Amino acid sequence: MSDTIDPGLRNNVLFTTMDKLFSWARQGSPWPITFGLACCAIEMMATGASRFDLDRLGMFFRPSPRQSDIMIVSGTVTIKMAPLLRRLYNQMPEPKYVISMGSCSNSGGPYWQYGYHVLKGVDQIVPVDVYVPGCPPRPEALIDGILQLKEKIKNERIFSKKG
Amino acid sequence: MEAKEIYQRLKDAFQDDILEFNAEVLQPFIKISPDKTEEIAQFLRDKDDLEFDYLMCLSGLDLGENLGVVYHLYSMKFNHKIVLKTEVSKEQPNVNSVANIWRTADWHEREAYDLLGINFVNHPDLRRILLPDDWEGHPLRKDYQPPKSWHGIPVTLANEEEQDGANE
Repeated sequence: MSDTIDPGLRNNVLFTTMDKLFSWARQGSPWPITFGLACCAIEMMATGASRFDLDRLGMFFRPSPRQSDIMIVSGTVTIKMAPLLRRLYNQMPEPKYVISMGSCSNSGGPYWQYGYHVLKGVDQIVPVDVYVPGCPPRPEALIDGILQLKEKIKNERIFSKKG
Repeated sequence: MEAKEIYQRLKDAFQDDILEFNAEVLQPFIKISPDKTEEIAQFLRDKDDLEFDYLMCLSGLDLGENLGVVYHLYSMKFNHKIVLKTEVSKEQPNVNSVANIWRTADWHEREAYDLLGINFVNHPDLRRILLPDDWEGHPLRKDYQPPKSWHGIPVTLANEEEQDGANE
């Protein structure tokens, strides 16, 4: 054994599965699309700025859905905006994830019953991975949502998926 | 100029089209007939002693029986204010547009049309401004019922009875 392997490598070899390696790589840089709808977007911008600094989570806001991995739906989704949001989602390449940020996009928020103009939850038009509660959520809450999503991505089984 | 004097100036010029004057309230108002709004607005803006050069706000109202439009006017030069009100029936909601006198009124009137269905006669571009172009109905009317869906997108929550029915 010691004759065939370079001694310098002896302490630097890891064994893992392809599933874990790919999932780990994927969760390392989930780039969100630059996309804000209402007051939640202000908190999202604060999360991205220097005090909370999304960069340390490997996240950079991308100006195009074609370069994005996750969509943070930050704010009130009006009925008029809903088709456009769906179009942006359709333009994102797989694998793609959605974080629903704040009460409005979770359930319609203050407009959940009597609003004629607000979608009753963004999950009516796109599949949502993580719901972040709050009105609006503080940056800490959004970061927690992002970490939850990272955990979810980390546990994905890409190669050994059944079906 | 005091509200009373403004009212007197209008009453002298337009007689029967000036319907009511009330100075008891915080903001004195003059009620005018809906088919003369343009002439009255022109008069208020262009007379040297009135010079209402600024339309602060134009609002639409659902008063139950009728629809209403309220104009808040201000004169930069003389620092005086007046409120104009007008009422139309829901069957024939025609009000003369003032968009050609104060450009501000353009979008305000489009909003009142969009949400309340007030038809502004002679408006240069009377389209919906907030809702999608093919939306049906005017949501700020008291008797408005929102549609169930718009282009396949659910607008209202299915009520509990319907949900129970779907589960069975």
